[in-house]
Amino acid sequence: MEILSLYNNLNTFLIIGALLFSMGVYGLVTRRTLIGMLIAAELILAGASINFMAFNRFTAPDPQVGQIFTLFIMAIAAAEAAIGLSIVVAIYRNYKSIDAEDLVELKG
Amino acid sequence: MNVPLPNADHLVGIVFLIMIGLTITGGVIACNANRLVRAVAGLVVCFVGVAGLYYFLNSPFIAMMQMLIYVGAVAVTISFAIMFAAPEESKKHGPPGTLAGPFGLITAGLLFGGFTLLALKTDWQVHAKINDGSVETMGKLLLTEYAMVFELISIVLLTAIIGALIIARRGRSS
Repeated sequence: MEILSLYNNLNTFLIIGALLFSMGVYGLVTRRTLIGMLIAAELILAGASINFMAFNRFTAPDPQVGQIFTLFIMAIAAAEAAIGLSIVVAIYRNYKSIDAEDLVELKG
Repeated sequence: MNVPLPNADHLVGIVFLIMIGLTITGGVIACNANRLVRAVAGLVVCFVGVAGLYYFLNSPFIAMMQMLIYVGAVAVTISFAIMFAAPEESKKHGPPGTLAGPFGLITAGLLFGGFTLLALKTDWQVHAKINDGSVETMGKLLLTEYAMVFELISIVLLTAIIGALIIARRGRSS
């Protein structure tokens, strides 16, 4: 019954965090639309938060700091989503597209 | 070998496995779905799983905040943006970027392998806890030791809201 006590192990959470992070990076480099990239960035932030919380629970002396840091990551992610999406709306109004490859006006 | 009857510990382990499954399934859907609406749905599933993981990490308050902020606010905001600005997804024209396809997969795989090796090979030092991780202590810390950071994050959020409104309004033909 080794697999059922996985939740008491630091490495489990670190590997899940790494998996979320790499899935986010994969989505970030393969997505063609800006909103898809934003979704992938949220995955990256979730992976980082899981890492903070795992170290906070298992190794850190003060189990408050990681929670507070994760709370601030959430606030920053909310601000990032709001600003990013308003930029997407503004881009869509000007270009009638949210495809990242269409934004090449400065290319000449 | 006699199989022990399922008890509370096994139930906890099974719930944890379900949470891992939700997280990974949601993440895969979020970065692979063809339509953006499905990607957002996958993101919601992934965040519910992450909230469950936070609960297993002794932080029910952070789990609740995860549900409130991510599932309740961020996902809804992204859905609004999709309804505003994504008329038709997957009009695949032109060649994909150089990093799309196998190169992206290799990049992600290398990152995952590197982080996993780093996690497994390092000898993490465990320190004794100096307080419990309760919500009460966290509230006190937020108003004493981290009061400056707390105020700064409030200002950042306020600026972000106003800036988002201004950016989204500008250029509107009125």
